[in-house]
Amino acid sequence: MLKIENLHARVAGKEILKGLSLEIKAGEVHAVMGPNGAGKSTLGNVLAGRAGYEVTAGSVQFDGADLLALAPEERAAAGVFLAFQYPVEIPGVNNTYFLRAAFNAQRKARGDQELDSMQFLKLVREKLKVMDLSPELLNRAVNEGFSGGEKKRNEIFQMALLEPRLAVLDETDSGLDIDALKQVAAGVNAQRSPERGFLVITHYQRLLDYIEPDFVHVLAQGRIVESGDKSLALKLEEHGYAWLKERPQAVGA
Amino acid sequence: MVAPLLQAMFDGADGVLSTLPGAQLPWLDSWRRSELAALARDGLPDHHDEAWKYTALRALAQRRYVVGRGDGVDVDVDLAGIALPAHEGPRLVFVNGCFRADLSRLNRLPAGLEIDTLANALRRNPEPLRFVLARASEAPRDAFARLNAAFAADGMVLRVAPDARIEAPVELLLLGAPTAEPRAWHTRNLIELGDGAHLSVVERHAAVAANATLGTAVADIHVHANAELDWLLLQESSPDSVLMRRNHLRLDAAAVLRLHALELGGALVRHELSAELRGDAARLETRGAFMPTGRQHIDTWLDIRHAARDTASDALWRGIADQRGRGAFTGRITVDPGADGTDASLSNKNLLLSANAEIDTRPVLEIYADEVKAAHGATVGQLDERSLFYLQSRGIPLPEARRMLTAAFCRAVLESIHDPALRTLADGVLAARQLAS
Repeated sequence: MLKIENLHARVAGKEILKGLSLEIKAGEVHAVMGPNGAGKSTLGNVLAGRAGYEVTAGSVQFDGADLLALAPEERAAAGVFLAFQYPVEIPGVNNTYFLRAAFNAQRKARGDQELDSMQFLKLVREKLKVMDLSPELLNRAVNEGFSGGEKKRNEIFQMALLEPRLAVLDETDSGLDIDALKQVAAGVNAQRSPERGFLVITHYQRLLDYIEPDFVHVLAQGRIVESGDKSLALKLEEHGYAWLKERPQAVGA
Repeated sequence: MVAPLLQAMFDGADGVLSTLPGAQLPWLDSWRRSELAALARDGLPDHHDEAWKYTALRALAQRRYVVGRGDGVDVDVDLAGIALPAHEGPRLVFVNGCFRADLSRLNRLPAGLEIDTLANALRRNPEPLRFVLARASEAPRDAFARLNAAFAADGMVLRVAPDARIEAPVELLLLGAPTAEPRAWHTRNLIELGDGAHLSVVERHAAVAANATLGTAVADIHVHANAELDWLLLQESSPDSVLMRRNHLRLDAAAVLRLHALELGGALVRHELSAELRGDAARLETRGAFMPTGRQHIDTWLDIRHAARDTASDALWRGIADQRGRGAFTGRITVDPGADGTDASLSNKNLLLSANAEIDTRPVLEIYADEVKAAHGATVGQLDERSLFYLQSRGIPLPEARRMLTAAFCRAVLESIHDPALRTLADGVLAARQLAS
């Protein structure tokens, strides 16, 4: 589904990704872990198409098409979803209005029938239950006045609503207490399916206790330096990222 | 050298002045002529004039407009899309400054509300107007106010009796219509609310069809003690037209005036609003958005004077400039000696949507009293990239994302409109403008 090959990317003139390769098949959950500054968030932003993240070499194929050639909204319509590390507060834009605009824009781009406000509200209510979010949040401005936990749950709620094919979770665990973390993980797990791939970007192993990955990759200095199953995450937890430096560089990453 | 703009008006003056309503009144006729003489002496303001620093009149000065009643005033007008929908209240319609009785609704006025046209009032009972019109001669005024004083042929004279609470808003429609030659029109409006009266007014400037008129509209608004005026201004003049508006507001003790304004139309537009809070605890709220695009130039100039104790003014203005649009905003607040307890706040935030757009903003605070709360802020910036990307990442196309964010930026201006029908009207006007651009 997603095939990243030899990806190089620059931010503000500085090379952050230096030859990253990664393949995710439908139904798989991949975790990418790494120390601060390794390029984790850059990876998420490059995949979603954020301006200022310049790809200098390599390719990203999504369902066989060139993902990098698409505008951010086209990537969304194609089925790529980024759960933000820092969801943006947008005063003056009503949450329900925003969600419906996004939902219908994606359907329109795919040539599907748009939903009217009654149909849409019914769908929203169903999905809200899954995330245990108060319907009252729908009447507020996007993310405005949301607590840290509410913002992250709102991201997962948007994912549930938009039903992407590939979900990229960028440090969704950061700033969450254990209860909120469990809620977010439960929301994610409820959406695991054979058709959907996940790329879970995190600094800590803790999240992976609740979202069990099929594969774990270690990102350091802009490349995947180690890949394995979920036991790799435990090894990192035990030894810390410093352990990577003491070992010879992985070959062929 | 007299600017061609003024020369054309002087050339037409003799023929026009003798035909204006009230021409037979010596005090009025001599006042009109002395205004023209002052105009001939002082000419147009230029960039040396602080008040016109950001609005150049060089191009306008070279144009000629015909004055006096002419073609274009009798055109067919379809009020659908201009007038308030499902509105049964009073309505006055002026086309190129001329009253259109056929489009207006002045019968069955509610008790306590008196409305007449200026031309009628000058014919029937001019004496009460003498004092009001003379007062304008005391106010400092520039070329356009003087042109208006000399040539205003008609307008609205509105009075609300003390303690009368008028439910339905009064609609004032000032429409521009195409003319064979470029033509100037001048409208003068007088609004007076008696003690404890309540009124809401919708003033809308729109075009019957594209036109290149020059319009001036001057209003005197006097809100007596404990009275409240809600005033919604929707300015959507023709893209080739020039509009110069000046409003003088006077607020007595505990009077309240709330203005909500959308300045969207015109090629060259200036709105001057000078307000005097002269009674204790008077309160003025002005909220507006100006949105120049194309090659539009929209200038908003506020001059608010706190002259009594415990008065409050709250000005919240947003500018959005796109393409080669230019906006200018001046917000001057003066607190007189002795006006203790004044609470004044002024905010002007601006968005530039294109590299060629420009907005100049200057807040000016002059405080001569001791016990005063005053806050002001002005910013110029771009749409927030993070917000844009967030919307796009959810599938919303860039143009739509920009529209959503610019609408959100303006929303604060319209939020405090009390009347739900007027709020809907203003929201609709804003949305239509956004879809068009």
